[in-house]
Amino acid sequence: MSPSSHRLLARVPVGSTAVVCRISGERPVVRRLLEMGLVPGTRVTVQREAPLGDPMELRVRNYALSIRRADALRIEVE
Amino acid sequence: MSTPLPPVGAVTRRPLVLVAGNPNSGKSSLFNALCGTRTKVANYPGVTIERRSATMQAEGAGEVEVVDLPGTYSLAARSPEEQIAVESLMGRGVQRPDAILVVADATALARGLYLTLEVLEIGRPVILVLNMADEAARDGIVLDVPALERLTGARVVQTVASQGVGVDELRRVVAEVLGHPRPVPAPALTLSPAVRADVEALAAFIMTERWLTHQTEAAAWARWLLLSVEADGSDGLTGIPATLREAVVGIQQRASDAGRDIDLEIIASRYRLVDEWMTAASAVPRAERRSLTDRVDAVLTHRIGGVVAFGLVMLVVFQALFTWAEPAIEAIESLVALVQDGVRAVMPPGPLTALLVEGVVAGVGNVVVFVPQIALLFFFIGLLEDLGYLARAAFVIDRVMRAVGLHGRAFVPMLSGFSCAVPAVMSTRTLEQRKDRLLTMLVLPLTSCSARLPVYVLITATVFDAGSSVMGIRSGALALFGMYALSVVAALLAAGVLRRTVLPGPAPTFVLELPPYRRPVLSFLLQGVWQRVRTFLIDAGTVILALTIVLWALLSYPRDPEVTAQAEADRAAVMALALNDEARQARLDDIDSRESGAHLRNSVAGRLGRAFEPVIAPLGFDWRIGVGILGAFAAREVFVGTLGVVFDISGADEANEPLREVLRQATWPDGSPLMTPLAGVSLMVFFALACQCMSTVAIVRRESGGWRWALFMVAYMTVLAYAASLLVYQGGRWMGWGL
Repeated sequence: MSPSSHRLLARVPVGSTAVVCRISGERPVVRRLLEMGLVPGTRVTVQREAPLGDPMELRVRNYALSIRRADALRIEVE
Repeated sequence: MSTPLPPVGAVTRRPLVLVAGNPNSGKSSLFNALCGTRTKVANYPGVTIERRSATMQAEGAGEVEVVDLPGTYSLAARSPEEQIAVESLMGRGVQRPDAILVVADATALARGLYLTLEVLEIGRPVILVLNMADEAARDGIVLDVPALERLTGARVVQTVASQGVGVDELRRVVAEVLGHPRPVPAPALTLSPAVRADVEALAAFIMTERWLTHQTEAAAWARWLLLSVEADGSDGLTGIPATLREAVVGIQQRASDAGRDIDLEIIASRYRLVDEWMTAASAVPRAERRSLTDRVDAVLTHRIGGVVAFGLVMLVVFQALFTWAEPAIEAIESLVALVQDGVRAVMPPGPLTALLVEGVVAGVGNVVVFVPQIALLFFFIGLLEDLGYLARAAFVIDRVMRAVGLHGRAFVPMLSGFSCAVPAVMSTRTLEQRKDRLLTMLVLPLTSCSARLPVYVLITATVFDAGSSVMGIRSGALALFGMYALSVVAALLAAGVLRRTVLPGPAPTFVLELPPYRRPVLSFLLQGVWQRVRTFLIDAGTVILALTIVLWALLSYPRDPEVTAQAEADRAAVMALALNDEARQARLDDIDSRESGAHLRNSVAGRLGRAFEPVIAPLGFDWRIGVGILGAFAAREVFVGTLGVVFDISGADEANEPLREVLRQATWPDGSPLMTPLAGVSLMVFFALACQCMSTVAIVRRESGGWRWALFMVAYMTVLAYAASLLVYQGGRWMGWGL
């Protein structure tokens, strides 16, 4: 896969859906995100962002999950 | 693979059923519905996680003990607190469970199945509870219960715990499982051969060393260890032998050298199985219709509407804490006074009566007086939590809190700190991570609680002329505003500094589920409030009571018999004079005040005040103010009354004009005035920053799990207060102010 086909979840516009490819970063954060269901191959919809622009709300595995933009920058999607 | 169950303990013991589940899955409601209201609440040893247990009658199985485990999304642990769930489920060092209930939110089943799978891996009988089945049905989610049972090997029951639906059926299934325990096949994870070998090698080591004797459990523990242990030991996990830790780290190291990601492989293999189960046993409508939650969120998390709604909700909570609690607090205070008068009336005057009245009864009053605010705060937190708004509040304000290293969820505790630190510290339990909790409770006592207000009022009224103003604003109002601003700035700065020094490491992440909005159940809500109040009364209350008695003794003893004798003689002399009743009473009151003042000045606290005068003089305080500060440790507003007694004015409050006057006239031995505006500001700064409250210390000791953090808090706040007051007073004098 060429890197150009990958984007960061933090840059996915509100209302769009993407598929998780890879999460990088510090182990506890990565593990937590994986365990909340953001494993590679999972479809994620960016539902909305908080009034102050951060954090953002995701729809994943039929529930609403909120993460900070700093963490969404670690999540590669396609 | 069918394996025999591990041996169980003596047949006579009561069967044990554990309740596990995700947060927001209705786990607590289900526990309440199963067991009723007679819940025992205790702390797990060594950590500040509550262990809720109760007995349940199961037909054919007799009395069953049911324990509610802490809510969690996964068994992997990063702290001793998170380790509790796995230790209890595996029965390491505690009674092994006979059955495990896993409560899952039927509308978000995949996430619940992840935890279910982790529990199934241990190999104990599992009952999967699909809670909120009504919401799932309403959302068009179809769940095939027999298929789920076949695939998972667990018994599956659908419930609506908040309405009691399916609870009888669940009780029946529990009895059935307890009556006919049968082996549970471990779920088949599809790991790569290399990671499978990693797990098997660790499991074999665990079996060789006889830490566990059962293959399924050893493999489950091996996977848990590989996911949880950090090579640098920063996980803080307990009870893991050093050789085992070494083995885990060794395997992790070899795997990462070979380019294997064990975490990812294990977690992804679990979700693969969960997805298979979901595909086979459930149908989720593809085109999700716009749910009620979504429409409500369009307003409550809207760019403008969201901020307005947040402000309004917080205003109501704050207003309630500040004013609605007041009548109840006043009622408690008058009741305490009534009991004190009653005791004085029936008992002869003497040291025992004094101990009862001013130590024991006042101490009980000091404890009970917190109940209205605790009850109100936890009512609102419970209400907002059950409604689903508490998570949204954190979502809205996280951006602001993050700036100082705090979690979005820390906002409500910080806000309630302006009312009183005691309930606010208790409410830090809504934070998931221990580090977030500790940080919040350590800085929260800096917010300007309502007990500081009488102190500020007395001082501003004493040192500033009613007419004086700065740029058109009254000096007193400006000083008051300054104190609130100072408290906010100090709390935020302290959070930033503590995060970088004593609580270092990466800031815990903000990964928060936003549950659907739901209708709360009042009876469960009130039950939760009562549990909070009860644990406060038992755990913190005893410490507060003991400290009150100690402090009273310090302020009362030793007693100089000559002072008493002199007062008696003076009283006799007044009685002998020909005076009208009013004049006589005035003279007698005056003698009483002088006697109290003389006793206080002679007491341990009075002597301590004088001994410490060289220490506090650079702040602009003489020994009499020092005694007031000591007395204020019982509760900040007590400063006013204690200061009054030192200056021979009994029963003073902050609006007492004679006390203000005597303070204005007070001088240092060299004749220079004591309460200059500068000394007043220095004193207010001291009160804003110092941890002048034993109840706060008692509650932090309880919530942080020991004296260590409580004493650290006292130390850093005292140093901060001293330094700031010193800076204000000496800096001000250097600038030539306040003379």
